[in-house]
Amino acid sequence: MKRIVAKEEFCIGCGLCEVYCTVQHSQSKDIIKAYNRENPRPISRVRREVNKPVSFAVQCKHCEDAPCVVACLSGAMKRDESTGLVLHDAEKCMGCWTCIMVCPYGAIKMDASSKVVSKCDFCFGLEMPACVANCPNGALVLMEVKP
Amino acid sequence: MAKYVIVGASAAGISAVEAIREVDPVGTVTVISEELCPQYSRPMISDLVSGKADFKKMLCRDSQFWVKNNVEALTGQKAVSLNLKEKYVVLENGNCVSFEKLLIATGGKPFVPKIEGAEKNGVFTFTKLADAERLSAMLEKAQNAVVVGGGLIGVSVTEALVKRGLKVTLVELQDKILSLILDATASEIVADLMEIAGVTIVTGQSVQRILGKPEDESSVGGVVLTNGEEVQCDIVIIAIGVVPRTELVSGTDVKTNRGILVDRFMRTSAPDVYASGDVAEAYDFVYGENRLLPLWPLAQLEGKVAGYNMAGKKAEYPGGTVMSSLKYFGIPIISIGLVNPKNPHDYEILTCYDPTRRVYKKLVLKGNAIVGILLLNDIERAGIMFNLMKNRVNVKKFKQALLSDNFGLATLPPSLRKTLYLEV
Ligand SMILES: Cc1cc2nc3c(=O)[nH]c(=O)nc-3n(C[C@H](O)[C@H](O)[C@H](O)COP(=O)(O)OP(=O)(O)OC[C@H]3O[C@@H](n4cnc5c(N)ncnc54)[C@H](O)[C@@H]3O)c2cc1C
Ligand code: SF4
Ligand code: SF4
Repeated sequence: MKRIVAKEEFCIGCGLCEVYCTVQHSQSKDIIKAYNRENPRPISRVRREVNKPVSFAVQCKHCEDAPCVVACLSGAMKRDESTGLVLHDAEKCMGCWTCIMVCPYGAIKMDASSKVVSKCDFCFGLEMPACVANCPNGALVLMEVKP
Repeated sequence: MAKYVIVGASAAGISAVEAIREVDPVGTVTVISEELCPQYSRPMISDLVSGKADFKKMLCRDSQFWVKNNVEALTGQKAVSLNLKEKYVVLENGNCVSFEKLLIATGGKPFVPKIEGAEKNGVFTFTKLADAERLSAMLEKAQNAVVVGGGLIGVSVTEALVKRGLKVTLVELQDKILSLILDATASEIVADLMEIAGVTIVTGQSVQRILGKPEDESSVGGVVLTNGEEVQCDIVIIAIGVVPRTELVSGTDVKTNRGILVDRFMRTSAPDVYASGDVAEAYDFVYGENRLLPLWPLAQLEGKVAGYNMAGKKAEYPGGTVMSSLKYFGIPIISIGLVNPKNPHDYEILTCYDPTRRVYKKLVLKGNAIVGILLLNDIERAGIMFNLMKNRVNVKKFKQALLSDNFGLATLPPSLRKTLYLEV
């Protein structure tokens, strides 16, 4: 199973991961349109944290025994059996914020509508998540972890 | 081949089924459920009333859940007694279901105080799908409602009624609403928003009598408050609280306090009998003792722990605490643990309040460890704080940063980050 791992020592805090995540999860998939025209503006599901000199990107770790899945009030947060990823079904979500309360990484956000939550979906369907593919300094990498 | 029987098939029962099946794919599993389609999200019944959710959205497991998990689902059937010596459950229709391992996941039932007129048409409790359906059906003709009880359930049904265009009066006996999970500042912020939405909040009062309509005595026409004041309404919703449904175990060897007492493996005092969810009194890690904590995430976690242990995989319940998240009246709120201690001087209390953004944050510390978290509007880092709280981390060195706008994992000292988190 592949997972995204942050390399703190290589992160320069540029925030391109946030930009590319936003674009990837926008309707247009176009950087100009995503930032200027889409309303509500799509949000980034990865968070750049800076506390100088430290910086790194945080996104959902698709935890084993994921607390968000155990807590979810609606069944919207689920483990996908075939990939092992923790995926969120926005149609089912009731926006109760329970998962936000229990995620130890703070990796779940309210989406732009503030009615449901949103989090890293590993760019489901893409070979390489957008943040990893576009990090200019190799501070986000895909690594094989044991299932 | 093991034989598992589960009474009650909501949060706790469903999670137990999933855990049992993870460990034991072949044993026979039977669930007994009074509700016909129990696999729905109970907290979502308000969304059904408001129109935000339909029944399909409410299903927290799909309609094939029981079949897929090879479970015999006796739905629409009530368990009426237990024979723990010979190990069987007696159903209302007289049938007996024998078990090797039994889980009681019967949840709670609404507490209804004696109020004159409570039998009238238009008086509701609000804890199950059927309540929401009956209530919804009456709303076309109703204009005014009185909700008795300003707790989580009362506030949630109030919002749904407001969305359906009703004028709502919320009556709360305490001096503020949501008094179990908010402090005075937070409660006032929520009360303001509710009043802006058109809700009338009456505190320090209760309903002493429910009146009929002049033309029809059997239908609700109003209520009389304890101070004698009358409020006209077509609907009364009693949402004072829930009490554990322990009746099944009364007169058996299963020990109860207010709920069924369980150990950290969800075992009751009787061999091979487990309990989980709202019916159980399980471990609270803030108080360091067993307490009633009627919350969906804890019911699921307890059910999961029970299921593993029933199927022979040892699992220990880490403990829970009061942990509520609210979405009502447009203000996201998270409240965990001891947010409003009775003796505030015994604690260190950190707060920050920005009235213009309605952002309010409060942390309650004891010996430099977090024991309470209350967040309004800025809630996205709550889980990181909760993780510090669960692990009883000494926060002395970064205390001031906890409430800052950019608090996050990068705020934590590197050594702490490495011990708490495998990555990052
Ligand atoms: C309106 C509302 C809003 C809520 N909002 C939240 C929220 O935001 N966050 C949160 O954490 N919690 C919330 N809760 C609480 C949450 O729903 C409960 O904690 C949770 O449902 C408990 O699950 P349980 O499996 O223990 O029991 P329950 O959900 O109560 O289910 C018990 C089941 O057992 C059945 N049963 C009982 N006795 C028998 C018997 N003798 N024979 C057969 N069947 C039987 C019942 O019919 C029921 O189907 C809310 C509750 C309500 C009503
Ligand atoms: S959202 Fe948080 S709790 Fe859920 S799997 Fe991702 S990191 Fe884990
Ligand atoms: S906000 Fe959505 S995904 Fe999160 S716990 Fe609530 S229903 Fe589940």
